[in-house]
Amino acid sequence: MTVQAWTFTLVGLSFALYIGIAVWSRAHSTKEFYVAGAGVSPLANGMATAADWMSAASFISMAGIISFSGYDGSVYLMGWTGGYVLLALLLAPYLRKFGAYTVPDFVGDRYYSQTARIVAVVCAIFVSFTYVAGQMRGVGIVFSRFLEVPIELGVLIGMGIVFFYAVLGGMKGITYTQVAQYCVLIFAYLVPAIFLSLLITGNVIPQIGFGGVDQASGTFLLDRLNDLHRDLGFAAYTSGEKSTRDIFFITAALMAGTAGLPHVIIRFYTVPKVRDARLSVGYALVFIALLYTAAPAVAVFARTNLLNTVSEQPYSEMPEWFSTWEATGLISFDDLNGDGIIQYVGPRARDAAGAPIENELTIDRDIIVLANPEISGLPNWVIGLVAAGALAAALSTAAGLLLVVSSAVSHDLLKRSFKPDITERGELIAARVSAGLAVGVAGYLGINPPGFVAEVVAFAFGLAAASFFPAIIMGIFSKRMNREGAVLGMIAGITFTAAYIVYFKFINPSANTAEYWWFGISPEGIGTVGMMLNFAVALIVSRFTPPPPAHITDLVERIRVPRGSGEGHGISG
Amino acid sequence: MTLPPDRRPASSEAYWRKNLQYLAILMAVWFGISYGAGILFVEPLNRFRIPGTGFPLGFWFAQQGAIYVFVALIFAYVYLMNRLDREFGVDEDAE
Repeated sequence: MTVQAWTFTLVGLSFALYIGIAVWSRAHSTKEFYVAGAGVSPLANGMATAADWMSAASFISMAGIISFSGYDGSVYLMGWTGGYVLLALLLAPYLRKFGAYTVPDFVGDRYYSQTARIVAVVCAIFVSFTYVAGQMRGVGIVFSRFLEVPIELGVLIGMGIVFFYAVLGGMKGITYTQVAQYCVLIFAYLVPAIFLSLLITGNVIPQIGFGGVDQASGTFLLDRLNDLHRDLGFAAYTSGEKSTRDIFFITAALMAGTAGLPHVIIRFYTVPKVRDARLSVGYALVFIALLYTAAPAVAVFARTNLLNTVSEQPYSEMPEWFSTWEATGLISFDDLNGDGIIQYVGPRARDAAGAPIENELTIDRDIIVLANPEISGLPNWVIGLVAAGALAAALSTAAGLLLVVSSAVSHDLLKRSFKPDITERGELIAARVSAGLAVGVAGYLGINPPGFVAEVVAFAFGLAAASFFPAIIMGIFSKRMNREGAVLGMIAGITFTAAYIVYFKFINPSANTAEYWWFGISPEGIGTVGMMLNFAVALIVSRFTPPPPAHITDLVERIRVPRGSGEGHGISG
Repeated sequence: MTLPPDRRPASSEAYWRKNLQYLAILMAVWFGISYGAGILFVEPLNRFRIPGTGFPLGFWFAQQGAIYVFVALIFAYVYLMNRLDREFGVDEDAE
């Protein structure tokens, strides 16, 4: 079978499975629609969380980013997993005990303030939409490359699938589809990783293999790669180039941001008990770690393969995958010195006479995962599998984000703010309509992406870290924290972070270098400073304003102990 | 095991204090492994290797070890808190 036939078969089968699950798991009440009736087992919720969390960025882009930046890529590995420790220890159990439907629910009730609720709704919708546009784009790219349909049609097909199970099943449909999507995506990620590890190091476990011996050269693979990097003028793979301080701040922003992302937090409202919420975060991280520990191995294998295949080789002898990816514009060769040979070199490359060598090859980082099976000559079905896995990753995340948007509109805005007398039936209809509309907007953004989507997605973390994360933490761990402190803290944190990012990314991008950054902190890491500012402002303001009323202090007392989770604050009123 | 009502305020305070103690210990490990071994001390640690492999130690912590430790920390917390919940009679089994 050809690559395309395999891709059609595997993608078709996986889509049929998702639709089957959607029909089986329709939601009948708002509780089922928002939190799957709070009846999901911790193991299933762990898998669903992993699929929810691992987006097109984790599946398609992350190994590529690490492959091109070596040690510096560790910020994503540690940042996007370390956040789960914060989630398990500081947030999930208490939010489950609180028992609401959404994140703005908690912020609004704990800080007895409609203003706080609305600020939280706006943040949640903004963060989710920027994120979801990237997912839809990922769907479009996979469709156009592997199935050779136009990007627009690809996005429309993806929208159709998500529409079907998100609108019908709400959180319940999304949860069980995500369980299936996790299985598809992890299988699709690990199969090529294991193949590569066997080919290059002879070890079946990629996580161990990339510390092993390269069978071609007989030296340790990482040493071989560092040598190649030095010869070609790149920074050593295992050391990287970013400053320690910047690495520190970026990692912290990603960790706090992960723990503050609404679509991740609401997953822990879906389990029956507080104890399940704690355990469920543990399972989620195990499932995530399977992919996240394999990614740096894939990065090393792919990097070595790539350098061996293209560096100093004649352009005319490039294998077939080179021209297929050239056609998509993700790889391009410009023969500057006209010798017909590919010079792929780093900024420090010098020839024998000491003159700089110019780089002639540009490679998009997304190629690393998508083209890896072709580069290494793996069987056709593996290539089709990677396409199905990438789609599973993008669709599962998109669905989780769309649910946040729909519940923010139907629950936080309609039911809790503007139309409290809405019936259960009315709210369920409103939830379905807003989910449908959100799918439409997401699809539009996927087909006509604003130029800055990729930039903004990375900063969604900084903004979440500077707004939700401190507000929720203080809401649980400080009985004294009041409305004034929390609202001003959130506003200060998010304004500062957004202003710093907007300045360096949009107003004055030419100044976006370490010498102009405050204390050498890049816009990617500034969320950490915004978070500290949020904490500081909140603590100071709360000291000079009236303490929260007694029923709020009682509420905090109650969410600190697990017993009584069945009732839940928000659900029983 | 349910405590008599008159002892509850005091015991819930003790429960919370114990919880905070666990948090402090686990968060210290969390910080030490990721920000310590993986970032601040990565260069000195890179002078050592995991025996028999090509992994520089600091690099390994940043790209592998930290993630394994994170998983272990969460399960340690689950175990400690389940035990604590039972000890103070605030677990959910009796409901």
